[in-house]
Amino acid sequence: MKGLKLIGMKKTFERGTPNEKVALNGVDLEVAGGDFITVLGSNGAGKSTLFNAILGKFRLDRGKIWLDGEDITRQKDYQRALNIGCLYQNPLRGTAPNMTIEENLALAYTRKASRSFFAVNRRDSAYFRELLKELDLGLEDRLKTRMGLLSGGQRQAASLLMATIAEPKLLLLDEHTAALDPATAEKVLALTNTIVSKRGLTCLMITHNMQSALAMGNRTIVMDSGRIVLDVSGQARESMTVSGLLDLFRERSGRELDNDRMLLR
Amino acid sequence: MNTLSLLVSALSQGMIYAPMALGVFVAFRILNTPDLTIDGSFVAGMCVCAVVAIAGHPYAALACGLLAGALAGLVTGLLQTKLEINPILSGILTMTGLYTVNFMLLGGQSNLYLQRTELNSAGTETQVASETLYKSFRSFMAALTGDRKFNSNLSALIVTALIVVVTVILLAVFFRTRTGIAIRATGDNEEMVRSSSINADRSRVLGIMISNALVAFSGALLCEQQRYADLNFGSGMLVVGLASVIIGQVFFGNRGVTLGIISAVAGSLVYRVILQVAYKVDMPSYAVKLLSAIIVVIALTIPRLRRLAAQRRADREEETV
Repeated sequence: MKGLKLIGMKKTFERGTPNEKVALNGVDLEVAGGDFITVLGSNGAGKSTLFNAILGKFRLDRGKIWLDGEDITRQKDYQRALNIGCLYQNPLRGTAPNMTIEENLALAYTRKASRSFFAVNRRDSAYFRELLKELDLGLEDRLKTRMGLLSGGQRQAASLLMATIAEPKLLLLDEHTAALDPATAEKVLALTNTIVSKRGLTCLMITHNMQSALAMGNRTIVMDSGRIVLDVSGQARESMTVSGLLDLFRERSGRELDNDRMLLR
Repeated sequence: MNTLSLLVSALSQGMIYAPMALGVFVAFRILNTPDLTIDGSFVAGMCVCAVVAIAGHPYAALACGLLAGALAGLVTGLLQTKLEINPILSGILTMTGLYTVNFMLLGGQSNLYLQRTELNSAGTETQVASETLYKSFRSFMAALTGDRKFNSNLSALIVTALIVVVTVILLAVFFRTRTGIAIRATGDNEEMVRSSSINADRSRVLGIMISNALVAFSGALLCEQQRYADLNFGSGMLVVGLASVIIGQVFFGNRGVTLGIISAVAGSLVYRVILQVAYKVDMPSYAVKLLSAIIVVIALTIPRLRRLAAQRRADREEETV
């Protein structure tokens, strides 16, 4: 049973206080192995909370998470990370600034690397250089450079590599290009596409760009108030336009799809 | 005493305190966590060492001192990670608790000399000095050179320097292993470590244990060298260690872990030389702690002063435009 299966996920934060917030209100989702799903939704719709739940950043009130036929609901976050890679909006979150590019990659690779005594060794470094070359950012000659000296875009590209280097079963991308300048964002998105399709990764990507949400991947879901309200794929998705999606959302949830950063075109 | 012998004495003290500076380096620079356990674990190393050395095992005493520090670090680490107590408070709690343990180790007195009472052939009680690393190394050097009055500070300097070099090599190697870089990354970006499927809590605890083991080892060395353990020796030790680390940074900058390790040792040596000079100009010994605190404050202020100066320069240039 390849893929991700989410069953009846519920989470309320600060229950019983004035700040009570129902973040996930019964999320069910079946993701086939190799699916690339784009995730849309208004502010506070529960997109990032959904990701954090899958990553194990908190315990669910209710519900189950299955990954490749294994129940991971009760696993700790670092245990799940063995098979789940994740990228955040902030490029600083995925890398250790005071360590070299090589050491960062070596650490990420620890999950699947042979148990060599030294973390950085010649064989792995040759492999890292090859991977970095594919990024086409000139990083392959800067293995000994401290991560903190790279630009945001370079760090995000390196984080993408680190998230996928150990061949995870699932890749979660939480607006990972939102903090980058348009040209770099484009490049990182293209890289994402290449890596995901080349490795046949199962992937969920949160985005605020409706156009790329429909253009990338093979399925799009839209969240609202802690639920999935729209789920389009296949033929319906191919003929879907941005305005068509907006109309459909209005029909389902009775309001506008609104996000302060939402790009409509 | 002439200048040379003063220098030798300062350097031998610097070497003895070098593992302590390394421990502070691991806690503050690598794990990026202020750890106040250090004041307590230094004394714990001393006390455990004293007890075992008096029982007649000078080498096991050093190892036991080191282990005592690791144990103290384990407690602080578990308080931080399992009970999620604030790191500073965790350290203070362990340090406070250790006071009682150390007091008990010293048999309810505030200091303990490395000697024991024996009956001599005449049937009267005499104090016999316990064997220590420094005592036997000095007689070794005396036999080697044929100089029966071989300078004890020089022999202490030599043997401690050998130990410190081995420690530095071991640490430098360790922080390049998979476990080692996981500890370094935990101090740098803990979230990234977790996302790499590494138990960051375990890395953190291990790091704190190593840090405190080094500190306690330093305490054990000092105990054997000065031939007594003192309950109140640890207070302000953290600041002394920080001063060493910061002084080392002045010379070597903040580049890479191996250089950082070496710079902590160098800082410890320079710090003791500074103290020796201060004593030479009749600084009373109780002024040491104030001096250490001032050194740390100055060193920590320099980057800020530089920033302010740069800002002022920029402002002035803007005015002239």
